Amino acid sequence: MPANRTGLRLTVQNVSHRYGGLQVLQTISLTAEPGEVTVLVGPSGCGKSTLLGIMGGMLAPTEGSVTCAGDTPDNCLNPLTYVFQDFSLLPWRSVAGNVALVLEDRLSRADTATRVADVLALTGLTDFAKAWPRQLSGGMRQRVGIARALAVRPACLLLDEPLSALDAQTRDLLLDEFSAIITAAGTTTIYVTHNLAEAVRLGHQIVVLSRRPGEIRDIIRVDRPLPGRSPTDPDLIALEQRLWRMIRDDAATAERERIDVTP
Amino acid sequence: MSRLNGPIPFRGGGFAPKDSAPAATATLIGIILLWQAGASAGVIPTLFLPPPIAIARALWALTISGELWNHLSASLMRLTVGWITGTVFGIGMGLAIGLWSALRSPGMAVVSALFPIPKIALVPLFIIWFGIGEGSKLATLSFGVFFPTVIATAGGVDNVPRGLIRMGQSFGLSHWSIIRKIVLPAALPAILSGFRVTTSIAIVLLVAAEMIGAERGIGAFVLSAGNLYDTDNLLAGIVVLSVLGLLVSWVIGRLERFFLGWRA
Repeated sequence: MPANRTGLRLTVQNVSHRYGGLQVLQTISLTAEPGEVTVLVGPSGCGKSTLLGIMGGMLAPTEGSVTCAGDTPDNCLNPLTYVFQDFSLLPWRSVAGNVALVLEDRLSRADTATRVADVLALTGLTDFAKAWPRQLSGGMRQRVGIARALAVRPACLLLDEPLSALDAQTRDLLLDEFSAIITAAGTTTIYVTHNLAEAVRLGHQIVVLSRRPGEIRDIIRVDRPLPGRSPTDPDLIALEQRLWRMIRDDAATAERERIDVTP
Repeated sequence: MSRLNGPIPFRGGGFAPKDSAPAATATLIGIILLWQAGASAGVIPTLFLPPPIAIARALWALTISGELWNHLSASLMRLTVGWITGTVFGIGMGLAIGLWSALRSPGMAVVSALFPIPKIALVPLFIIWFGIGEGSKLATLSFGVFFPTVIATAGGVDNVPRGLIRMGQSFGLSHWSIIRKIVLPAALPAILSGFRVTTSIAIVLLVAAEMIGAERGIGAFVLSAGNLYDTDNLLAGIVVLSVLGLLVSWVIGRLERFFLGWRA
């Protein structure tokens, strides 16, 4: 369990969502506990990112509701904060400028500079503060995304496949860093991924969604501290295989559906 | 079935043109030298096309007498005020069309209806509306600059990656912060490209407006020289306009380098 459970409790109640006539989510109910990592997994197109958007207030659900309760950290500027798959960095701002973007107009210049320096140090980016995003590797860009998210002192982090644009080696390295950062921050975290190895390495609870329209197939708890979870741990490997067995048929069907709709 | 044997031929070259400042300069100098040689040899009739040396002499005389500055200062004032006015309103309207649904369709309808009208055709109307003085000239320039600026800005805003705007929203940035810190910088390349078009349009309209009812200005000077068959001064005025266009293009290039240095 995280050292300090300071995050929010997010409660999803009977959430369904449609895009036009396409039902994407069907009657989802779950609770993300304070300070825990809730991982959403499921086959392509099952509505994981849609659910994350609804949980973060970026999408209004067709039915149902999401509520949050709990204390926010001191000087929290944005309780529910996203980390994006494509990093969403502004190419015309330096690394420090991208982090400062979310602090300007809210903090004094001196406080902004201090916070930027703090999160850049936390994410190992101090030496790259003046670099342009185009000069960074994918892994470093995602570090900037994490630094920007941490700068606002969130009560809940929402990560939408944050490692999927990266190569396997970088992904593995960043996974360890994510684990340490999330544990240190102690925030509630919602983590969307299609990668089951990531799910078992990071999740306190893993929510398995069925293929579209996404329904909750199972919620699995992983009662093991985040730091020290190893990719070679036999229990985690067994859990990963169990998850794969649960979603394999749905994934294959979803893939065929995707091929069917491709002109 | 065919059999391959031997080194693999390189096929990846070409399609990578490079700029060369010396080549550009040499071309211009070469044309001027050829022109001068043709005039000196009597191949080019100097009554209709005076040689470069005669144009240079005319330019020098205009400079010394102060007549050049008299006309140029009037033109620069009109160009600056007219272009800035059209640009400011054009960017505002382009942003409004690009950002707000309520203004998008009505705004684009008006722009689409008025943009194709040759602005020179409106000069007589503007003279009726604003008088023969500066008002009609500035209105012609502003009007001509306004529409391309609206189109460039609205297009730039349309092409701002929506993910960046959603990022700003997800961090709770205000609407104004998102416009100022995300939308405007992301649209800036398109807006600056628009500047290249609008400055050229502004120079064309400047000359046209000055040819109708102006005592001062490069356009008026060129028209007056033409009426007197004073081709030396006529071409001196055209050279001034060409240099003005080059200068404006250079300034925009510097602006692009300053504001879009992150793209390098």
